[in-house]
Amino acid sequence: MNWLLVVAGGMIGTPLRYLTDRAVQRHHASAFPWGTLVVNVSGSLVLGVLTGALLTGAASENLLLFAGTGICGAYTTYSTFSYETLRLAERGERTAAFANVALSLTAALGAAVLGLGLARAVWGG
Amino acid sequence: MPHPSDDRPDPRPVPPASGAPEPGGTHRANLPLPPPEPVDPDLGPGPAQGAPPESRLPVLLAISLGGGAGAAVRYGATVLWPTPTGAFPWTVLVVNAAGCAGMGVLMALLTEVWRGAPRLLRPFLGTGVLGGFTTFSTYALDVQTLLDGGRPGRALADLALTLLAALAAVTAASGLTRWAVRPRLSRTGRSTV
Repeated sequence: MNWLLVVAGGMIGTPLRYLTDRAVQRHHASAFPWGTLVVNVSGSLVLGVLTGALLTGAASENLLLFAGTGICGAYTTYSTFSYETLRLAERGERTAAFANVALSLTAALGAAVLGLGLARAVWGG
Repeated sequence: MPHPSDDRPDPRPVPPASGAPEPGGTHRANLPLPPPEPVDPDLGPGPAQGAPPESRLPVLLAISLGGGAGAAVRYGATVLWPTPTGAFPWTVLVVNAAGCAGMGVLMALLTEVWRGAPRLLRPFLGTGVLGGFTTFSTYALDVQTLLDGGRPGRALADLALTLLAALAAVTAASGLTRWAVRPRLSRTGRSTV
């Protein structure tokens, strides 16, 4: 059962990342990987909300497996983030590579904090 | 022979960066130049203008199947090596570093040797399996949970070590793979950068 929830979530989260990435990248011409940044930050926000909901008893373990481990886990990505950073550095765009790392880490962490806070505000705890 | 990895309808030609030659060939005499490799591995070099829209569903299916498999392996790792509350999240760190190494190998092979790889291979393995296997959200929550639990040292270590391991893994894997396939390329009379 646990496995099914995670696999089902993964099968939803991964194409969702691809579609989000494409939609974001279509709107600007720069090589900066805004798409992956948007994906990782929004996924961290949602996982923050879900984790907060679990802590306050508003969400079940099963929901976390499906929507958290499955959807958010597969929707967000470290492999694409690291490869894009490497590509920027290889192309000589050191500043963009550094900015990608700094922005991704701070924004995703901030989003996780915000998500947890939102969940606590809504469901108490 | 087009080199599509997906059906992106509007390839954004990337302006060449100052001084950095694109890997995959600026001096390939008498051969048509492949489209430049973009930064985003999930989007890949755009296919010839206007791929048929019906090619989009197979790509999404390949990504979805790969993602389900990747997420399952990641979950399996956390079941086999669970992280107790407050402990350092080694499992997620290793998962992410391993996935980044995989991405380095895959992209090096796809750009250096497997130019004629099946169209769905990159979406399935790269965007799907590796993308579903690695995760940024769990990492962010792990760091935040350690901070919340009064372990700022561990939180910072997870934040920095994961990043360093991931970047080292993708860089080393990509470089080693390119180095390993170079003899094959020179035997076939093609030069690498």
